Amino acid sequence: MRDDSGSPRLTLLAFALAALVLSAVPLPHVLDLLRPDFLLLTIMWFALMMPRTAGLAFAWAAGLALDAFHGVALGENALAFVVIAYLVHRFHLRMRMFPLSQQTLVVAGLLLIDQILLWAIDGFTGHPVNDWVRWLPVATGAALWPLLTGVLGRATVRR
Amino acid sequence: MPALREPGARYAPPRVSTLGLRALVLVACAVGLMVADHRQQGLTRVRAGLSAAVWPLQMLVHSPVAAWDWARDTLRTRNELLSDNAALKDAARENDLKLLRLEAIEQENQRLRALVNAAPRDAERVQAAVVMRVDLDPLRHRVLIDRGLRDGVSRGQPIIDARGVFGQTINVGPMAAEVILLSDPTHAVPVQVERNGLRTIAVGTGDAERLTLPYLPRNADVQVDDQLVSSGLGGVFPAGLPVARVVEVKRDPSQPLAIVTARPAASLDRDREVLVLWVKPRVALPAAEPPAPAPAARETRAKPRPAAKP
Repeated sequence: MRDDSGSPRLTLLAFALAALVLSAVPLPHVLDLLRPDFLLLTIMWFALMMPRTAGLAFAWAAGLALDAFHGVALGENALAFVVIAYLVHRFHLRMRMFPLSQQTLVVAGLLLIDQILLWAIDGFTGHPVNDWVRWLPVATGAALWPLLTGVLGRATVRR
Repeated sequence: MPALREPGARYAPPRVSTLGLRALVLVACAVGLMVADHRQQGLTRVRAGLSAAVWPLQMLVHSPVAAWDWARDTLRTRNELLSDNAALKDAARENDLKLLRLEAIEQENQRLRALVNAAPRDAERVQAAVVMRVDLDPLRHRVLIDRGLRDGVSRGQPIIDARGVFGQTINVGPMAAEVILLSDPTHAVPVQVERNGLRTIAVGTGDAERLTLPYLPRNADVQVDDQLVSSGLGGVFPAGLPVARVVEVKRDPSQPLAIVTARPAASLDRDREVLVLWVKPRVALPAAEPPAPAPAARETRAKPRPAAKP
């Protein structure tokens, strides 16, 4: 089933680590609130373009790493990442055909699903955050998507 | 359906259906993990392991910013340093004076406590810790400090800064510990109004400059500018540490409870250095005679500080 060579895996790992670092780089509070979920975007892109490299298990592990990194309930992001990765895997052939604008809209929808899941889990685990600012990363994440496709597409094209 | 397969055709596994199954299994794993984590049993070790695993990355995030801070400190002008130095000298002189009085009062306190057979005050040990420049969740008030299990830090330990109570440790990894700030909406600290001893609870609001006191009746004797100190109930924070100052008291006649807000004494969102506090009688103050089990408990600990007793 895994017929990719090691190289795209390393690329994926490198980008995932970079995204993890970006998720915690200290920023002023306003920018911190706007910070998109870089790791999720990276995983979405790899799941879309290289579904065999970025499997569901990888998405799960990445989510768990994010949980440990940010000290939230273990499994919170892991669950959300698996759901999003599943949806992208399920529809990746269709999503690839979309023009970029439409793809960005779908990505916004997926980010919204992710945030809704996190919101629900936060509530279940007794840390409800109902502030409207928690929905800002959905918008910034979607806005970043065209840029990210450009960067990642260029970075992986020569493999 | 293998029976209908043509003899020469290669069998293609039904990818879509296993995809759903895998997703389901992983979701179940995540849910199981969350439930186990939420109950806070058994997963402490897993958390510590994971925290050790992400530590290098956290250091990677922290170091450049810390290096920049260091460089800025190093390149400060002579005038700034001179004025700082003068200010600090003034402060030190003032503190020395206060300390002289404090020592006398402490001795008096010991004698009085002995007279009424009260237990001596808890001995304290502090260790400085650096707040790491790592952004955790912006919606929760948590920070990471660079002290962990290897320094003897444990869960539920009070963290203070130079002005007052800062927070307490919640997740402790080998190298670092996560601290929940006073201002986190899920954090509450038992406090006492210094002026009259009125006890209540200060709850975080999610705003680093504001705590609320939601459980005070409308006719409670609390005024603007009242100093709130930790009451020592709850067993986390030792009694008498400054927590906050009341900034607003609203008494709505239609409400049974007063709406009281206070401003934390510690600068929760600006601190770079904090102190980890050990309150259990591990190291006795020189003048205090600790109760019998204390020395034995001290020797079994990992890193006993050289005793200051003669």
